[in-house]
Amino acid sequence: MSFILDKIIYVLANAINNGMPILFGSTGEIITEKAGHLNLGIPGVMAVGGISGVVTAFFYQQSASKNTFLMILLPLLATLLGSLVMGLIYCFLTVTLRANQNVTGLALTTFGIGIGNFFGASIIKLSHSELTSVRIDETSKVFKATLPFASKLGFIGELLFSYRFLVYAGIIIALVCAYVLKRTRVGLHLRAVGENPATADAAGINVNKYKYVSTCVGSMIAGLGGFYYCIDKNGWSNDNIGPFGWLAIALVIFAIWRPNLAIFGSILFGLLLNLYDLIPALELNIKFPHGYDKLFKMVPYIVTIVVLIITSARKKRENQPPASLGLSYFREDR
Amino acid sequence: MEKAPAIELKNITKTFGRIVANHNVNLKVNRGEIMAILGENGSGKTTLMNMISGIYFPDSGHIFIDGKEVVIASPKDSYKYGIGMIHQHFKLVDVLSAAENIVLGLHGKYNIKEASREVARIASLYGFEIDPAKKIYEMSVSEKQTVEIIKVLYRGADILILDEPTAVLTPQETAKLFAVLRRMKEDGKAIVIITHKLHEVLSISDRVAVLRKGEYICTLETKDATEASLTEAMVGKKVALDIDRADPVDPEDRLIVKDLDCINREGAKVLDDVSFTARSGEILGIAGIAGSGQRELLEAIAGLQHVESGEITYKDPKTGKAENLRDKTPMQIRQLGVRLSFVPEDRLGMGLVGSMDIIDNMMLRSYRKGKSAFLQRKEPRDLANEIIKSLEVVTPSATTPVRRLSGGNVQKVLVGREIAATPTVLMAAYPVRGLDINSSYMIYNLLNQQKERGVAVIFVGEDLDVLIDLCDRILVIGSGHVTGVVDARTTTKEEIGLLMTKSVAHGEGGELNG
Repeated sequence: MSFILDKIIYVLANAINNGMPILFGSTGEIITEKAGHLNLGIPGVMAVGGISGVVTAFFYQQSASKNTFLMILLPLLATLLGSLVMGLIYCFLTVTLRANQNVTGLALTTFGIGIGNFFGASIIKLSHSELTSVRIDETSKVFKATLPFASKLGFIGELLFSYRFLVYAGIIIALVCAYVLKRTRVGLHLRAVGENPATADAAGINVNKYKYVSTCVGSMIAGLGGFYYCIDKNGWSNDNIGPFGWLAIALVIFAIWRPNLAIFGSILFGLLLNLYDLIPALELNIKFPHGYDKLFKMVPYIVTIVVLIITSARKKRENQPPASLGLSYFREDR
Repeated sequence: MEKAPAIELKNITKTFGRIVANHNVNLKVNRGEIMAILGENGSGKTTLMNMISGIYFPDSGHIFIDGKEVVIASPKDSYKYGIGMIHQHFKLVDVLSAAENIVLGLHGKYNIKEASREVARIASLYGFEIDPAKKIYEMSVSEKQTVEIIKVLYRGADILILDEPTAVLTPQETAKLFAVLRRMKEDGKAIVIITHKLHEVLSISDRVAVLRKGEYICTLETKDATEASLTEAMVGKKVALDIDRADPVDPEDRLIVKDLDCINREGAKVLDDVSFTARSGEILGIAGIAGSGQRELLEAIAGLQHVESGEITYKDPKTGKAENLRDKTPMQIRQLGVRLSFVPEDRLGMGLVGSMDIIDNMMLRSYRKGKSAFLQRKEPRDLANEIIKSLEVVTPSATTPVRRLSGGNVQKVLVGREIAATPTVLMAAYPVRGLDINSSYMIYNLLNQQKERGVAVIFVGEDLDVLIDLCDRILVIGSGHVTGVVDARTTTKEEIGLLMTKSVAHGEGGELNG
């Protein structure tokens, strides 16, 4: 019995861990989209967020006096700052200059991943490392710390308390976003802006302010996802964050624009992502043909396509994307 | 002692470029009174009300609220003075509930339950029916209007302006709305209702102010007014235009429309049992308040609007054979050999492609010509140059994108192209809208030339003077019904005006008073 429980906990913990970057990215994208902005730059934002944190952690690790608190705080601040800059670039282009959102987003993805790769490669060179990645083992060890009593509480403790603090942060952020969107005046105004900016404007809501704030906050949350990924992998290696960014955007649709549903969606995506790794680890005594792992790696993408088909076919109005998603708003166009 | 009026306008003038939308308008609305503002399309009613609600700022003149002069520079100011405007186009967010829409943009504590209670209280006070939790997209038009009205009441408005509130309502819904308005009036609110329906003015208002082409004409006590006196004030005296009108030469039936019914995208019936005949060598005018179904009628004939029932038949002038045009696409209509030209109301949307040049726009009608894979550009280029020369189109060259041309020149390009197709039926919707006098006359002459060529011309217009002087017969439609066909040579503006505002719907006048 405990064997099966252990397996379940292992699979679940693995799924949550894998899904966490997607959850951050997707929570950020949801509040951005709720303001009517389709930010396809999320993979780039996550890359910049990740590399900002990693670079800061890398240099702080080499400093003489190390303080655990600063070791956590500085990379987090750097991540938030890096992704905020990306959010501001996106906002300036799409809100102020009313550039095409799709093109801007895609450009930002290319740009962000490029920035990540550039600094990643530079630091690998600087550290004269034999490796192909930037290692931040010390920092990630601090970030990976869990509650000491978790393992003593048996099954419940393992299930509920054995995660890193950023996991709880991610879930709390998603829940807070869901609450704000549904239950507060700010959320009501934000939804109005994304649905019908002209009406929101006429009601005295500062449309551009809402668009800027939600897009920038969304980018910062997504950036945290990029950093989480780097912590999980103990460092930065080039070109690895992109797929998580795209899955985050897919998860937004899967979760029908609700951050609380995105939590479960992220666990599912996390599970599917690592299916190829999990199946043999479960020692289920099933013989798979050679090369099966390649097939399993495709599963999350296939599921995403299926989910897109299902959600697009559903007719309920509440489950549809915000009505003015992807459209620029200009008062005098009315 | 006389009370100070709730709102008073003195000598308000507003111009847009060279167009005078309002000129020296004076208006006074008291509390506990319903004031109707009556005027044709383009008479400046909505502009005037937009100045009170802070959307436009008057060029000159004064506005007084409760006897004190005020400056209304923004919608916020107008809220501050207790003015609430209910626009023709609702400003509501579809996926939000009624209560959420009502509190949208307000500050303070967010408590949707309390807001819902307040909404329910206001509703019961005036006799509205509303479910505060219902989503806007599930609502009928009249429910949406209720939400808009409660929205301004919730914000404490005591001067209400309703811009053509009945245009979208059924007679039963109109009766309900009027009952609510009367209750508000008893509650001491000042109500302004913009309309062009005479029977509604007579049934709901206490006084009526008439505007005509931006000028303030007069204010009448409703109890002293009749439909005839209001029509006369609204349309004014006939202005003679110098349009040469030839008598039709052997007219024969060209296009026969019978019992046509159409339903628009919102599911409302826009054409109801429309029947008429367009004859060759004749200009058939179509008169009516904007949005009475003119657009749908022309689009149904052109094969762009789905027809619920009825017949559209075309008589071929050469063979005399009758062709059924119903449920055919524009392409199929063309393949039948029907030469139908259409100058739509929306010139740069449906008529021409704004970012393409004049030559390419010519090709929109001829791109199928030629046998090879390559386009033939010579013919359209010649045609473009021919139109530029003969119609005096002011353009740097034939390769200038049409959206850079002025409205009149755009229209010349469009009409020129449609006429060059040597049509047998030519339909033109508001072809002179926004055009200066000279361009307008050129268009009238072109239509007359086509008529003399034996084309059946259908002309949808808004200026009654033009319709009377240009057309041979005038078909009048009111809310999707044909309310009359008159001989343009003998008719009067009053006759057409009465037909335009006449309602054929099942005896509604009585219900409205209830």
